[in-house]
Amino acid sequence: MKTGIFAVVFSLVVGTGFAEDLSTVPTADEIVRKANHVSLYQGVDSKGTVTMTITDRQGRVRKRQFNMLRRDDDQSDHDQKYFVLFQSPADVRKMVFMVHKHADLKKDDDRWLYMPSLDLVKRIAASDKRTSFVGSDFLYEDISGRSPDEDKHELIRTTDHHYILKNIPENPESVEFEYYIVHVDKKTFMPMKMQFFKTGDRLYRVIESTKLEGIQAEENGKQVIYPTVTESVARDLENGSATKVVFSNIRYNVGLSGKLFTERYLRRPPRDAMR
Amino acid sequence: MRKRFQVNALVVLSVTLALTFCEFHVHAAEMNWKSFQDQFSPPEIQGFLELRAGCRTQEDSQQKDISVMETRLQAELFTYTDWAEFKYKGDVWADAVTEKGDYDTREIWFFSRPSDFLDVKIGRQVLTWGTGDLVFLNDLFPKDWQSYFIGRDKEYLKAPSDAAKVSYFTDLANIDVVYTPKFDPDRFITGEYISYWDPEQKRLVGRDERISTDTPDRWFQDDEIAARIYRNINNYELAVYGYRGFWKRPGGQTPDGVGIFPDLNVYGASLRGQVGPGIGNIESAYYQSADDEGGSDPLINNSEMRYLIGYTQDLAKDFNTSLQYYIEQMLNYREYKKHLAGGNARDRFRQVITLQLTKLLMNQNLELHLSSYYSPSDRDAYLRPNIHYKYTDKITMEAGANIFTGKEPHTFFGQFENNTNIYVAVRYSF
Repeated sequence: MKTGIFAVVFSLVVGTGFAEDLSTVPTADEIVRKANHVSLYQGVDSKGTVTMTITDRQGRVRKRQFNMLRRDDDQSDHDQKYFVLFQSPADVRKMVFMVHKHADLKKDDDRWLYMPSLDLVKRIAASDKRTSFVGSDFLYEDISGRSPDEDKHELIRTTDHHYILKNIPENPESVEFEYYIVHVDKKTFMPMKMQFFKTGDRLYRVIESTKLEGIQAEENGKQVIYPTVTESVARDLENGSATKVVFSNIRYNVGLSGKLFTERYLRRPPRDAMR
Repeated sequence: MRKRFQVNALVVLSVTLALTFCEFHVHAAEMNWKSFQDQFSPPEIQGFLELRAGCRTQEDSQQKDISVMETRLQAELFTYTDWAEFKYKGDVWADAVTEKGDYDTREIWFFSRPSDFLDVKIGRQVLTWGTGDLVFLNDLFPKDWQSYFIGRDKEYLKAPSDAAKVSYFTDLANIDVVYTPKFDPDRFITGEYISYWDPEQKRLVGRDERISTDTPDRWFQDDEIAARIYRNINNYELAVYGYRGFWKRPGGQTPDGVGIFPDLNVYGASLRGQVGPGIGNIESAYYQSADDEGGSDPLINNSEMRYLIGYTQDLAKDFNTSLQYYIEQMLNYREYKKHLAGGNARDRFRQVITLQLTKLLMNQNLELHLSSYYSPSDRDAYLRPNIHYKYTDKITMEAGANIFTGKEPHTFFGQFENNTNIYVAVRYSF
């Protein structure tokens, strides 16, 4: 199971994934594979604007806004490239964060950060994916997705609308949770809710998809609708903070070139990222 | 000496070029103000207002007690058309150390991507390349060590260049060429803000005895050219570099003691990529002191080899460390020793170990950072602790120190011991 509800926006669904015959219950691994595809790998590429509102326990609010491009290396639902151009706040404005994501668990993602005021291209060590992304309640792994191979999956219940899966990490030392429960929408296979538990069944972290929309796009000359999470909330129950993320201007199959994800565009962002 | 309040000829040239280019794209018959204006995106305007104050922690008979004391306004303007981007960024500040108002154009450039394989950026711009973390070997673009040592924001370590950068992209490799028609030296230690060791007088001097230099300043004759050819192989970044120009801070002097900038050619290479759980980098550079290749002129810098090896890794959540080992090797050391006219001889190998620690706390709003440089050969060190707090998205607060220490008063960091300072700053961004 992947935890990337956040990244859901940047993907597109294969039309056939929709019309699941409800009388046959798929296996846990099938559900996970489809959910992983729907939330991260829809189409070949996508772009959008992300607005994050972080509210801490004392009610102090901080906002981050950035434009994001995503492109899949191939159709295998594995490696991807991400390009993030920050718009606000002021101290990160125009900074660029670029990721070459590797689905292979043995291979770390490659990450770069460009700081325009110094014209500096920094290479970032990517060892810990479970750190906060830009101070929000979303983790790096929520954005680029947790590989299905990281966890053992078990279908524990089926409701009218959801498959409910329990996911136990293969490598418990690498994460702070003991397991997490995911509610996957039966129709779209979109993960709608993720609850993370620590030892003793103590719930400490929740991510919910609060708005799901169909985004129209073109795929191989045909009009298709991709179910897309346009609003999502992550809550850290331990420190009392919450982050709402809103996705706008979402477009799929834009025709982004693989060349955009190189040092050339890191130093001067492509127009696709600027508007 | 940097000329202030001066709109550089290159800047004028670039704007003229840009405007010419502009007109080119507008059909002459339709050319009117409205259609001209319509080409530009709504201008983005940003900036900040900052107060910064700092003082020396010990007496320096050559300097004031205050090390930095300024109110600074930075404003930035950006717009683009279908075919180009334009940016201006400038700083104006009241400086209590120099007791002057001051202005500096940080950036004014136009950028265009005329074809699939070509990028062009012309005007005043900040330029950086190379793999070092606050150590520069093949990056011969101007630095502002003065700003760095008195505790201005890290952004000011890089001084702008008045240059044209042309980048050419191919499947085999990418090529950057930067042409600077008039030499842009470092904003080096002149005595204005920071006192330093004068080897002639064999004592520390400061603001009353500022360094006097003869800076090459003839357009298109005293020029600089820097090139980089780079390629990414499985995300291992390989690059070779070349530079033809001058030593960036006085690398020699006339018999009368006037600082000069002898010719310098630099050739180097670097490699950076994932090693284990972190990022490793190696870089080397050959500094060919072209005015004294034999090394027998005691008034001109020796040729050098420079080497760097570094590694950066996250040791814990939101805790990054970076360790580097850096060597400067004098290549004609025997000649240097033979012709040294008294004074303190340098070591053949100057070694520096840098360690940088960054810890983020409180939802990454509080940053604790330490940059440290330690030289076992010079037996001196430079520590730069800093606390940075984002009070809100618009207001940030900062406190830090620049600590210099050394066994002897003439070594690179040791000479600045009396300049050890602490500072605080508050910034409002808009």
